[in-house]
Amino acid sequence: MKKQTAKERIRNFKEVALGLSAEEALKEASRCLFCKKAKCSANCPVEIDIPRFINAIKNRRFDEAIRIIKEKNNLPGVCGRVCPQENQCEDACILNAKKAPINIGGLERFVADYELQHILRVEGIGHEALGHKVAIIGSGPAGLTCAGDLARMGYKVTVFEALHTAGGVLVYGIPEFRLPKEIVKKEVKYLEFLGIEVKTNFIVGKTSSLKDIFEQGYKAVFIGTGAGLPSFMNVPGENLNRVYSSNELLTRVNLMKAYLFPEYDTPINIGKKVAVIGGGNTAMDSARVSVRLGAEKVYIVYRRTENEMPARKEERENAKEEGVEFRMLTLPTGIIGDEKGFVKSMECVKMELGEPDDSGRRRPVIVKDSEFIMDVDTVIVAIGQNPNPVFLKATPELALNKWSKIITDPRTQATNIKGVYAGGDATEGDDTVIAAMGAGKRAAKAISVYLKNEK
Amino acid sequence: MFKVLYNEKIAPGIYKMVIDAPLIAAKAKSGQFIMIRIDEAGERIPLTIADIDGKNITIVYQAVGVTTYKLAEKKNREFVSDVVGPSGHATDIRKIGTVCCVGGGVGIAELYPVAKAYKNAGNNVIVIVGARNKELLIFKKELELLGVEIFIITDDGSIGEKGFVTDVLKRVMNSGKKIDLVYAVGPGVMMEAVSNLTKSRAIKTLVSLNTVLVDGTGMCGSCRVQVGDETKFVCVDGPEFDGHLVNFKELKIRQGLFVEQEKHACKIRGIPVI
Repeated sequence: MKKQTAKERIRNFKEVALGLSAEEALKEASRCLFCKKAKCSANCPVEIDIPRFINAIKNRRFDEAIRIIKEKNNLPGVCGRVCPQENQCEDACILNAKKAPINIGGLERFVADYELQHILRVEGIGHEALGHKVAIIGSGPAGLTCAGDLARMGYKVTVFEALHTAGGVLVYGIPEFRLPKEIVKKEVKYLEFLGIEVKTNFIVGKTSSLKDIFEQGYKAVFIGTGAGLPSFMNVPGENLNRVYSSNELLTRVNLMKAYLFPEYDTPINIGKKVAVIGGGNTAMDSARVSVRLGAEKVYIVYRRTENEMPARKEERENAKEEGVEFRMLTLPTGIIGDEKGFVKSMECVKMELGEPDDSGRRRPVIVKDSEFIMDVDTVIVAIGQNPNPVFLKATPELALNKWSKIITDPRTQATNIKGVYAGGDATEGDDTVIAAMGAGKRAAKAISVYLKNEK
Repeated sequence: MFKVLYNEKIAPGIYKMVIDAPLIAAKAKSGQFIMIRIDEAGERIPLTIADIDGKNITIVYQAVGVTTYKLAEKKNREFVSDVVGPSGHATDIRKIGTVCCVGGGVGIAELYPVAKAYKNAGNNVIVIVGARNKELLIFKKELELLGVEIFIITDDGSIGEKGFVTDVLKRVMNSGKKIDLVYAVGPGVMMEAVSNLTKSRAIKTLVSLNTVLVDGTGMCGSCRVQVGDETKFVCVDGPEFDGHLVNFKELKIRQGLFVEQEKHACKIRGIPVI
């Protein structure tokens, strides 16, 4: 897929990957072998009938292709861009044995964009209105998916969102250059067209409680409150100025458009030399945002090696192309400030890989007497986050595991409270957009079974 | 969209705004705050709820930067884009005995609902409020209507005594009266001075902190502050903390993170830089 050149893109926030043209999509679709027992579909968390939609593309029936995708996935413009296809559908592609797999993500994105440009409206599946009201808490990928599926089944769905705009991590977390906010907006519009209602500026747990929601006549609830509460390293100096959580940097830049300051009112204050701590996609996003904000040097500081990094290969490569330097096997031990309380430098130690740990990755251990100082004036901490506490604190009856994640039945996403389901980052395991969507889907099915039995 | 029912200047640079927000008004309690975003380009800023009346909430703010200047320009019956809340913990109101409520500057508006709630819970409430001068002293009438003992103090003595709130607090503490709780809200330096004073006598002291917030829902960590050995988030753990444990020095530094950016934004819009 064509991309903006690195030289060009480090000076703007426009999308990096430019998408396939119709000709490119046709050519790519014609490479598909249309396997009878398609492994790609079996490896898709939302079970898209991949060969069938590719066949429709091959026959130039782009509207038919998007209709096939939307049987299973209400957010194809999002998934075509941010799904880790290389670990899922494309990884399972039979063509991997000989040459490159089909660019399934690119094809999905192509037809999704085709629909958005041509304002096609793929209708619901056509169930009659079922009457029951269902509440969805949080409008991220899990919540939107659950909402869309339930709306198509005929339920009356309200999505409650704490922020001023819908999309959750899709709008506050993932940068514009990977997922344009206009795409998210259009996908949400489509869901509204399917009948869901989005109530922004509504914090369940504050504006209303879970009990209030049930009292207002909602018969089932899906909790998709996502991650929140960023983790910090617990090293000295972490509250110095210009130490940010990745959440703060990304929220300021993505949701509040600080990159357009002062045209937009929300500021960001980063220096010339930025260290991003962590090895996930969020770390890559933070580094690439820092490059675009004008930092001269941007480092990814990670305690293991690149092999153990959870970030997608594509994102790592994009970051490197944009000049981000990888400082592997490095662990920050403290942040040093100047007399005004701003970051001046960072203390680190060198690491080496030891025996494998619980995750199967080799455990990093500190190399003795390897302390050194990194010359940086900004530190972004991107080492993960804990579930958002607001709703959980207000709902003590909800059963949580020791990491404060909601305990759910993996088949149905049911929680310990009758009629209450949960998925995504608020629960265990669903740590990608598509995994969260899969959970939303399972929950929608289970909610519909539950509501039918309740009648 | 949220309707502005009333927005008037109540003192030089200080405004009172009443917003139609029935869902928030139904739940809000003293000590809680809202996040407000004026328009599409707007910043999200926290403002403490100063009063609740039926379906409406009242906020009081000082026009000191781009957002609060834009807010001051709103006319009655115009709209603000987003208001969300009530956020943060409500003040833990119960009967404890004598509560000394100390407020400074625009913080007096935030002190008012807390003092009212303590009074209504049966406490003996003493109010100490300070401002730079007579003109800048807000909520005098509202506080007087509470029917509690009130001390007024200004930097220049143009109303009440001349001096600082801590001068009065010290006197009250020395009067032999047993004080069970001191509640302070106002500028950081004031809350710090109050906390230092009460610490010597081990009088429990709560301070309501005002930090930089972005989402206001525990997501970004912008509002983190050191309290004792722990880092706390003002938006979800606060906004009230034990004044004897707050690291005020760090708080002050963190409040200065965006000063240069804010000055720049004010300058290009022709807003006086404070």
